[in-house]
Amino acid sequence: MSNAPVLTSRGLTKRFGGFVALKEIDFALASGERVGLIGPNGSGKSTFVNCLTGALQPEEGAVTFKGVDITRMAAWQRARLGLARSFQIPRPFRGLTVRENIEVPLAFVAGLSSQAELEAKAEETLERVGLLAKSASSPKNLSQVELRKLELGRALAAQPEVLIADEAMAGLSDSEVDEILELLMQLNSKGIGIILIEHIMRAVMRFSQRVVVIVAGSKIADGDPQDVMQHPEVVRAYLGQ
Amino acid sequence: MTSPSITASGAKARAFLGFPLILLICVVSSAVLYFVLSQLDSSYAFLAAYTVLQFVALATAWNILGGYAGYVNFGVAAFFATGVYTSVIIYKTVQWPLLVTIPIAAAAAGLLGLGMGYLTLRLRGVFFSIATLALAVVLNTIVVNWSFVGGSRGVYVMRPQEIILFSSYERYLFVVMLVLAIGSVLIARAIENSWLGRGLAALKDDEMAAECAGVPSLRMKLIATTISGALLGAAGAPFPFFVTYVDPPTAFSLSIAVNAIAMPLIGGTATWLGPVIGALLLGTFQQIATVTISSALNLLIVGVVLVIFITVAPNGIIGFVKDLREKRR
Repeated sequence: MSNAPVLTSRGLTKRFGGFVALKEIDFALASGERVGLIGPNGSGKSTFVNCLTGALQPEEGAVTFKGVDITRMAAWQRARLGLARSFQIPRPFRGLTVRENIEVPLAFVAGLSSQAELEAKAEETLERVGLLAKSASSPKNLSQVELRKLELGRALAAQPEVLIADEAMAGLSDSEVDEILELLMQLNSKGIGIILIEHIMRAVMRFSQRVVVIVAGSKIADGDPQDVMQHPEVVRAYLGQ
Repeated sequence: MTSPSITASGAKARAFLGFPLILLICVVSSAVLYFVLSQLDSSYAFLAAYTVLQFVALATAWNILGGYAGYVNFGVAAFFATGVYTSVIIYKTVQWPLLVTIPIAAAAAGLLGLGMGYLTLRLRGVFFSIATLALAVVLNTIVVNWSFVGGSRGVYVMRPQEIILFSSYERYLFVVMLVLAIGSVLIARAIENSWLGRGLAALKDDEMAAECAGVPSLRMKLIATTISGALLGAAGAPFPFFVTYVDPPTAFSLSIAVNAIAMPLIGGTATWLGPVIGALLLGTFQQIATVTISSALNLLIVGVVLVIFITVAPNGIIGFVKDLREKRR
């Protein structure tokens, strides 16, 4: 793992009317690093991710990716630079098959044009996420864990350098959580930096090299997972006074 | 095991019906149709077939934006009328042949589509639809007050006395519309099977997820509005020579707008075949009703069939058949 930051935010602030959802968040992700992003519901984690990936525009601050200021870039431009995400609630393209879902980023991000090439690469991606058998299925026929895998597969097909997995394990059983965790570890072993937003602490602690905590729109802790979990403010945020 | 999806079976069908085969089917069926209509020895038969084919072209063109991308365009009449009045302007000025007029009309309507796309870049759903409806109203008002193109009084267009290779102008118009309809269908099919079709399908399902998968949604929307607009305009260019008298209520007819939207919805919007089936079925039915009962029934027929389909088969005929197949598996 190199120490050079690949994704950074400086003073990132997002307001919805009078409500300040994010307050001057400074963040850096090193190349190939695994970071857990935690915080209570409504703390601003997804807003932060949305600002990083272009779904929302921050009012203040800047986001850089591979040294490029991407603060005002559209989401598709960020995806093409190598910044991929999965969504908290799976958002498959329901009119397309599982394989065609994967072919979208392969065509638009990886730039593949021949159908044979697209199909081969899509099936390779589906095999990596364990969905090859469902290649011709409609997303309507997938289980919850399979939908999560499809989300990850679609993000992976974009050949990212950084993947942001937004609650990729929410609502899954213990064995399914392990399955997704294993998949994320495999992706990371290929050099993909991963930000894992998660409520399942067992998964966060097992996965993360570093944990960042956001509470009420502010970053209150950032560091080694064990140290962060002992941090008085984190304990207070999670367990109350 | 989950059953293969609708789109998967569609992909197999697409693989089977390759472009050369589709082209061959088009050429053979066109020749058969022309032969059959010639045997009827009635110019009305050609004009009725022209009307049905015009709906094939309009429904297919509308479906590129409304069906593939999910942007419902209520302003079909604006694009159709742009083609109509481009043709009128050329007729009144330089009198170029129809075959030269059609690409110019397509370019004008394509530009209008591009402009509409820019103006409505951030609009979705009902807001986009209302904006397109407003476009038709604005253009209608301009034409009504523009005396050069006949204003509210309308304008007469004289067909050329003779046309090379054809025994009558009706037959010529029929062949022109046949080529336009086939061209529109082939373009729609090519889009559907290309990266553009995949991007539009992603956009239709979830714009933000599509953006995060690298799909430039605004650019895709502009491409779709331009192509759809151009094809709608091309279908309108021969219209003045078909009716020989054009006024705003005819060019901006409710019937054209309603049919162009209802036919894909009835046939199915997910594939190129849906609008073709919808237009052929409804268009033919309307022509039969016009001859046997009254043309006043045409919109009623569309309305009743549309209500039935929205209730019973919201994905149209194609979707209904595929659902049945899925259930049987």
